[in-house]
Amino acid sequence: MSYRIPGRGRIDRAQPIRFTFDGHDVEGFRGDTVASALLAQGNHLMGRSFKYHRPRGPVAAGSEEPNALIGTRRGKGQFEPNTRATMQELRKGLETTSQNKYPSLKFDVGAVNDAAYMLFSAGFYYKTFMWPRNFWHKVYEPFIRAAAGLGVSPTEEDPDVYASRNMHCDVLIVGAGPSGLAAARQAAGKGLKVVLVDEHSEAGGTLLSEPQAKIDGVAAWDWLSSTLAELEAAGVKVMTRTTAIGYYHENFIGMVERLTDHLDEVPQDTPRERMWRVRAKQVVLAQGALEKPLVFHGNDRPGVMLAGSAQTFLNRFGVLVGKRPVVLTSHDSAWYAAFDLAGAGAQVQAIVDTRAEVRADLLDQAKALNIPVKLSHTATATSGRLRVSSLRVNKVSGSTVSAGSEIKCDAVLMSGGWTPSLHLFSHTKGKLAWDDDLTTFLPSDTPEDCVIAGAGRGLWGIEAALADGAAQAQAALDALGQAGDAASYAVDEDRPGTGVMHKELPTDKQPGRAKAFVDYQNDVTAKDLRLAVKEGMRSIEHVKRYTTNGMATDQGKMSNINGLNIAADALGKKQPQVGLTTFRPPYTPTTFGAFAGYHRGSHFEVTRKTQIDAWAEENGAVYEPVGQWRRARYFPKSGEDMDAAVKRECAATRSSVGIFDASTLGKIEVVGPDAAEFVNRMYTNPFLKLAPGKCRYGLLCGDDGFIRDDGVIGRISDDRFHVTTTTGGAARVLNMMEDYLQTEWPDLDVWLTSVTEQWSTIALNGPNAAKLLQPLVPDLVLTEENFPHMSCAEVDVAGIPARLWRVSFTGEIGFEVNVPAPLGRQLWETLWEAGQQYDICAYGTETMHVLRAEKGYIIVGQDTDGTVTPFDAGMGWAVGKKKADFVGMRGMARPDLVAKGRRQLVGLLTEDGSKLEEGAQIVLDPNQPIPMKMVGFVTSSYDQGTVGQPIALALVEGGQDRMGETVYIPMPDRTIAAKIVSTIFVDPENNRLKIGAAA
Amino acid sequence: MTRFNAFALLKNALNGHKGWTEQWPDSQPKKEYDVIIVGAGGHGLGAAYYLAKQHGITNVAVIDKGWLGGGNTGRNTTIIRSNYLYDESARLFDHAVDLWENLSQELNYNVMYSRRGVLMLAHNVHDVQSFTRHIHANRLNGVDNRWLTPQECKDYCPPLNISANARYPVMGGALQERAGTARHDAVAWGYARGAAERGVDIIQNCAVTAIRRNADGSVAGVETAKGFIKAKKVAVSAAGHTSTVMQTADVRLPLESYPLQALVSEPVKPIFPCVVMSNAVHAYISQSDKGELVIGSGTDQYTSYSQRGGLPLIEHTVAAITEVFPIFNRMRMLRKWGGIVDVTPDRSAIISKTPVQGLYVNCGWGTGGFKATPGAAHTFAWTVAKDEPHPINAPFTMERFRTGRLIDEAAAAAVAH
Ligand SMILES: Cc1cc2nc3c(=O)[nH]c(=O)nc-3n(C[C@H](O)[C@H](O)[C@H](O)COP(=O)(O)OP(=O)(O)OC[C@H]3O[C@@H](n4cnc5c(N)ncnc54)[C@H](O)[C@@H]3O)c2cc1C
Repeated sequence: MSYRIPGRGRIDRAQPIRFTFDGHDVEGFRGDTVASALLAQGNHLMGRSFKYHRPRGPVAAGSEEPNALIGTRRGKGQFEPNTRATMQELRKGLETTSQNKYPSLKFDVGAVNDAAYMLFSAGFYYKTFMWPRNFWHKVYEPFIRAAAGLGVSPTEEDPDVYASRNMHCDVLIVGAGPSGLAAARQAAGKGLKVVLVDEHSEAGGTLLSEPQAKIDGVAAWDWLSSTLAELEAAGVKVMTRTTAIGYYHENFIGMVERLTDHLDEVPQDTPRERMWRVRAKQVVLAQGALEKPLVFHGNDRPGVMLAGSAQTFLNRFGVLVGKRPVVLTSHDSAWYAAFDLAGAGAQVQAIVDTRAEVRADLLDQAKALNIPVKLSHTATATSGRLRVSSLRVNKVSGSTVSAGSEIKCDAVLMSGGWTPSLHLFSHTKGKLAWDDDLTTFLPSDTPEDCVIAGAGRGLWGIEAALADGAAQAQAALDALGQAGDAASYAVDEDRPGTGVMHKELPTDKQPGRAKAFVDYQNDVTAKDLRLAVKEGMRSIEHVKRYTTNGMATDQGKMSNINGLNIAADALGKKQPQVGLTTFRPPYTPTTFGAFAGYHRGSHFEVTRKTQIDAWAEENGAVYEPVGQWRRARYFPKSGEDMDAAVKRECAATRSSVGIFDASTLGKIEVVGPDAAEFVNRMYTNPFLKLAPGKCRYGLLCGDDGFIRDDGVIGRISDDRFHVTTTTGGAARVLNMMEDYLQTEWPDLDVWLTSVTEQWSTIALNGPNAAKLLQPLVPDLVLTEENFPHMSCAEVDVAGIPARLWRVSFTGEIGFEVNVPAPLGRQLWETLWEAGQQYDICAYGTETMHVLRAEKGYIIVGQDTDGTVTPFDAGMGWAVGKKKADFVGMRGMARPDLVAKGRRQLVGLLTEDGSKLEEGAQIVLDPNQPIPMKMVGFVTSSYDQGTVGQPIALALVEGGQDRMGETVYIPMPDRTIAAKIVSTIFVDPENNRLKIGAAA
Repeated sequence: MTRFNAFALLKNALNGHKGWTEQWPDSQPKKEYDVIIVGAGGHGLGAAYYLAKQHGITNVAVIDKGWLGGGNTGRNTTIIRSNYLYDESARLFDHAVDLWENLSQELNYNVMYSRRGVLMLAHNVHDVQSFTRHIHANRLNGVDNRWLTPQECKDYCPPLNISANARYPVMGGALQERAGTARHDAVAWGYARGAAERGVDIIQNCAVTAIRRNADGSVAGVETAKGFIKAKKVAVSAAGHTSTVMQTADVRLPLESYPLQALVSEPVKPIFPCVVMSNAVHAYISQSDKGELVIGSGTDQYTSYSQRGGLPLIEHTVAAITEVFPIFNRMRMLRKWGGIVDVTPDRSAIISKTPVQGLYVNCGWGTGGFKATPGAAHTFAWTVAKDEPHPINAPFTMERFRTGRLIDEAAAAAVAH
């Protein structure tokens, strides 16, 4: 049986569209939503509720819908749960499924919960399931979890892409109903960038549901299309299917545009959704108002819906939601729904109004249409299993509710009046003010540059909305220095109205047992709210959390005001004394993918690669992630594992020469008349007297006196330092430097520039390093006398202008060549060629780690952990004793930092020659019971090196005074004994650093 | 007060829920208390409960500027674990977990402590080193924590992506099976009910504007929105606002307050069995009993008292979640919010006496104090009652920032090389 009314609606009847619902084929038209197409078949049953698994159909026609949530699917990986059937447009091949039911939507065993309704009241879970104690985890919780949840999660990877974009505009208007459209007209044509957005598939808002209205003599829908054309011509950007999801600081608005969910076929490379990050000078919120349900026993049966939504289904989609509807209302607006439906052929069974008096013109029109009217009536029950079949209504006089009578029907259209949509306004931390006349909250002050127009300010009717849209937009324009007069509008057949507000409707039954729903989706009833108050929940936030009212996926759009009214009544307070809960972004549930945008998969974060990275890849490097960088970890030859490769790389470097890509090191150029003073204050070492052409190892501490970073610092000229940092520390160190420069020492004349990406840095290490390099550096004699260890120079290397450093992180003769980044690979290949005669070996970070550990050089973050002072690390030599000040000087003088027994860095050699595990804990007495007294831990441990046995570094309490002592490392399967030794395992005299010394 | 049990439930189901009584009364301040606790979060309410229950001190008021449990207690992602690195922390948090395991029975209020396991993922060599260090230290401290290979991680948490091609592939994980989650509101309510039952006044919507001191410097009481209230002792547990409250008693604390955000998805049927944390990509996730994916974000880059938080951080957090769990890309975010967290330089808390006689403070819990709630409340109550710390909280002094005796859990996540 079809409920589609010829000649009504905006659907395109020339374009029928097939889709499936729970496996059955359904036909609708282009322009339909899933809900309207199903309703057109007479199908109201679309889902089951959260807790009681009660059968449910749509109560609304828009994004506030709490009941008709369905699974939607396009193809592999393209499934999403909890889609609102009222917002999902039809497209060819769309697969939809109902949710939260087993085995079927019509017969759901979960509905046994409904029978135990009185048991599952507010706070139920907190009061039980506590015995026996271990049952919670194994029995009760899994049971509760399985019963809850609505749809099912996707289980496959999402093949779609998502986009994001930034936008700046002068005026952003949210909501393209009459007030939004009038606002856009007001702002258009003034040379401003104006953007108008609406979450629906087309602009128009209320106009789409009220075709009868005539605006300045033009039929609403004609006015709409000409206005849109006019706006477009004036350069206004009108965006449909776009939801403003959140209003953030400083007029920053997040908006999500849905680009493909309505398309039959998705064009190649079209993103599914796009996040717009908008910074608007002025915002006009024209989001309209939401209709409130009435709260009475059985108000959730499929077929019971909001009157305004029934009107929308008729006028926008050409669907009659019932052929014999009853209207139940406390507001004038629902009368028009009755008239519209009657006009489309429905036999309206009655208009039941809770009020004693109603406007005469409404009564007259009802009479003319032969609709029975019952004033001063309440509704006390509905019946029908999967669809409402009757409404029980009772006369009310004073506080007496008379006996009820049944009205047979196939739909109940209810209206409890309207409440402004203030969600985005609330995101601004805007204040709400209670209006006693309208019995609703209205917007008051906001810290943002934002105005509210139309129904959002409690103004009902199209004429008022248009006028206010123009006026509020003009106010925003005034603020932009665009003075002018607000346009005026005349509307015929407008439908302004008033109404009264209710808590629950009066009833003749025991209210404590009524299933009068407030939050449909979460199955919260008036009884639950009252029980919460009885149990001492006085704050509306407590009521919300105790009952879950307003926490469903409509975020309280349906339930907040009714919940407030009931809670306020139970508390014996007025609504403003109770207040509303806070609305949180997003306005409607928003796809994760839209937030992630482009940042997915390999683009989750950029992978930073050096200029030499490609060479490493061609040469079979295995990588490791270090911060955002990927670094070559080792270069295996065929058949080699990491250990074998690292062993080979270590040996080759110590015996001849190794080449290493050090480009990821952080680099900061410190320049200015006070550069030396600045570096001297930041680092623990003295830098004032460092001569140009020299470099020095620098230790950076926090103000707490603990090591934060390290690196070699070269003085290029009097006023210029080239500072290097650890790879992971680059950004942190620059931040720290800027922080000190800007807040502590603004008097210093210094500039800091990150130059990490400007230089490629190649390290050459090994006894043959100088020999290899010398022919390529004709302008500099690389001898011990002329260019000693810790020198630096600006010189050509292989014809490339370079900053050449003589430094070593391996204990071998070492150079670091810095060249302009793009020339890095060229230099690398030149060195590689030149090195062939020395069997040059490329090594990665792992070999670098081993070689430096053999020399006792620390890696910040591995051998230190934020609790290690320079002295703990055995690097007291790096702290300038005569310096007036440096960062961390006072921190490291604190009692505990100079106390005895601190953990100090030492070397460890195991007695049995086994390799220790990094992170393993050290004890003095291996036989003590747990918890053991731990005196330290292994920071670094390697057995691929050149020492002939595995070595380790460790932090051990009082370690520097324990040389030669044995400590123990209890492992799960055995205890390892190790001797404390010096941290320097190779060449303590530093002979190998010298050019010309015997290797 | 009605005891909660199956019988009471059934009886009330039959009589239309007539028998339930207030869980805590709407108290108005008396003139004077033995102890005033500032802040009715889990920590403050818990301290009141233990003061009454274990120390017989019942002339106590807990005062909050808003509704009880409305601070971080009611805003957090409820991750509970105790596999901390340092002995001091391990002891404190493990003490808390011991109490968590019995808390529902202790309070006669189901706080739904769910031992579902917390899995911390390693994505780089530094993570692996750091987690191994934790695991060894935990083992010798008697705290459970073990290493899982990537495949074992996947078996434990099926939605996890362990592809080697991920931007930050999973290199393994540290699993604490005893860890899990609890229902945050129930913790506040359960303690409030238990405290009120023993005579504690819970005074809501009453901001403490200043701590007043006697001529000899000792604590005299608090100025509030409802007037001056005298007190022998004042114990402050005001999370992100602790430093401003303490400042009125001339006690400066090394705290910085930041907004920290969290979010939930729409509810779905059970898909996520445990808690997963990934420090490297900044993703923290579990699934609530209601079915929502509960996701923790990071702190904003700047200090602030605004509970709003910005969009960029949320974008990054969601990207991190979908990076580690790509199947959630089409899930939808239902709600996001923020709380103000108080962060110390060493990321460990302060549960301590102060230089002011009769003034005590429990703060600095930063992004991770929910898990400590019973343990912190219990030891804080002890400290207040006896005017000396319990052995477990003795190391968590204010003094340590002066002496340098830090408990640097931040160090565990220290700089990468
Ligand atoms: C988003 C988020 C996620 C988190 N996730 C976790 C997690 O997964 N695991 C974990 O262990 N921890 C987590 N935390 C941290 C945890 O929430 C807190 O450490 C813990 O709840 C603090 O409890 P509390 O009782 O001290 O503070 P709160 O619950 O914040 O209580 C402090 C109370 O003090 C009141 N107050 C403040 N100033 C005054 C005044 N002047 N007068 C009167 N009253 C005042 C406030 O209103 C508030 O109610 C998270 C925090 C946030 C914000």
